Amino acid sequence: MIDKTTVPGRVVRVALLALWMVITLFPLYWIVVTSFKEPGAIAAFPLRYLPHPWSLENYASLFSKSDFGVYLSNSLLVSLSAAAVGTLISLLSAYVLARFEFRGKGPLLLAFLVTQMIPAFIALGPLYLLMVNLQLVDRKGGLVLLYIAMCIPFCTIMLRGFFENVPDALEEAAMVDGCSRLTALFRVIVPVMTPGIMAAFIFNFVNCWNELFLSVTLMNSDSNKTIPTALNGFISSFNIEWGPMAAASVLTIVPTMVMFALASRWIVQGLTSGAVKG
Amino acid sequence: MAVTDQASRPSQRPAAERSSPAPPRRKRQLTIRRGLGVLAFLAPALVFVVIFTYYPLVRGSEMAFKQWNLYDLRNTPFVGLANFKTLLANPTFYTVLLHSVVWVVGSIVPQLLIGFGLALLLRRHFRFRGIYQALVFFPWAVSGFLIGILFRWMFNGEFGVFNDLLRKAGLIDTNIAWLADPTLAMFSVIVANVWYGVTFFTIMILAALQSVPDETLEAAALDGANKVQTLFHIMIPFIRTTLLLTVLLRVIWVFNFPEIIYGMTGGGPAEQTHIVTSWMINFTQAGDYGLASALGLIVVAVLVLFTTFYLLALRDRDA
Repeated sequence: MIDKTTVPGRVVRVALLALWMVITLFPLYWIVVTSFKEPGAIAAFPLRYLPHPWSLENYASLFSKSDFGVYLSNSLLVSLSAAAVGTLISLLSAYVLARFEFRGKGPLLLAFLVTQMIPAFIALGPLYLLMVNLQLVDRKGGLVLLYIAMCIPFCTIMLRGFFENVPDALEEAAMVDGCSRLTALFRVIVPVMTPGIMAAFIFNFVNCWNELFLSVTLMNSDSNKTIPTALNGFISSFNIEWGPMAAASVLTIVPTMVMFALASRWIVQGLTSGAVKG
Repeated sequence: MAVTDQASRPSQRPAAERSSPAPPRRKRQLTIRRGLGVLAFLAPALVFVVIFTYYPLVRGSEMAFKQWNLYDLRNTPFVGLANFKTLLANPTFYTVLLHSVVWVVGSIVPQLLIGFGLALLLRRHFRFRGIYQALVFFPWAVSGFLIGILFRWMFNGEFGVFNDLLRKAGLIDTNIAWLADPTLAMFSVIVANVWYGVTFFTIMILAALQSVPDETLEAAALDGANKVQTLFHIMIPFIRTTLLLTVLLRVIWVFNFPEIIYGMTGGGPAEQTHIVTSWMINFTQAGDYGLASALGLIVVAVLVLFTTFYLLALRDRDA
């Protein structure tokens, strides 16, 4: 182990941390650099580690040759609404699972856990048929419903961990003062749990934003596509146009990065405490 | 449905809680009125999970025993174990099974080691730690599919940046066709997965390490334990439960994680990077949900068996 107090220890420590940071950030750096190169310069030798000259052509062609703006706003709409509703529903179920003992609670938690372990593809076919029957194929609302269902199990387990860190006395006092359980929950506990709830929401958002196979299966008209489906369209043809692809990747990563940056402290705090308490 | 995109992190308790149980939290007993209240709170979650997760799951399991093709929906007879027989008679099945094992072991071992090291480095507070964590945890926010694409670009044999860096470092003279050679291709997808998965281990282990009481560490230091002894005799035993559960979950999850491979190699060259779940995509794309579901059930069976043996082996060692 590395001793923090001695000078060589500190040097090794900082060097290792810096090394891992470089390894982590390099792929991101490379895709950003690529996205700003002129199309002709992307596969030109020697490789350039900075674009020269900087060019927005890849981004321009992304928006002129495809409806990338539409995909972006579809993805934002679907992910934000699914994450918000999913978090709200999970908040209610997590609250009950943290605060009450009742028969079937163990199996219920297990049922939520099991959903995390089964390969997605078993359910894909029946899910498609179900959506056909509900007339929800190629409808953004349909995808939102599926994503809400996808968020709930894990989000419930995570929020339950946060609830267990909040003393019962808080809402009991509010209820003695005449609040109903629901008002006590939203007026008293939710404000205390804001970091955890934000962490859960962002986690849900990232999951929905990145989801690939459901959206590819269900969303086929151009005006309803979300970003992962569009990216999948880019690679299914044999020749990948790397310039627009890199630009699309950057635009795909940016929203999740912004979310992470805005809430990084909450996420790490929330996830670590949630993970331990579970 | 289990679209476990980022992580599955179920309940676990730190060793501290188990060794010295706190007095149990006072739970209210249920009256009928309260029971209805509980149900009302749970109902939305249950409705969603039952309709969109468990119902398709049950129907999907049923499909495994049918001839069921998306392009021939009028003709879906019950065929018993025929789908399973077809799979077991296919030599590729055994290849992808073996690849899955290589993929899981090759990914998890480095992830665990690097993640543990990083967690140790991040354990104590230092200036800019928050920013550092936000940056270093970022792979976690990127989809597996996109990671596949990023690494596909960087491992490109002609204008990939890895070849360029290795040449500049003087390590190679001619470009390596990373994704065209079966062994190297498997190595490459594993590198991408390690890069992605370290964060999860770091977060879990960091969280667990923060539950090790400082007094215990100080006591060990007073008794003359050096850093290595403290690590192996105090810290690791203390967080053992978290470690073992994290590994178990990750094995299950990495086994079921085809996105990176799908985006990076599509299973090629010549199906040499397919794992079971990425291979399954071929069947769903061909509309053959009967075969895909049968394969899915085999995956579940393998994972249940693995989990059982893993937990049994742990219990034996404890006894």
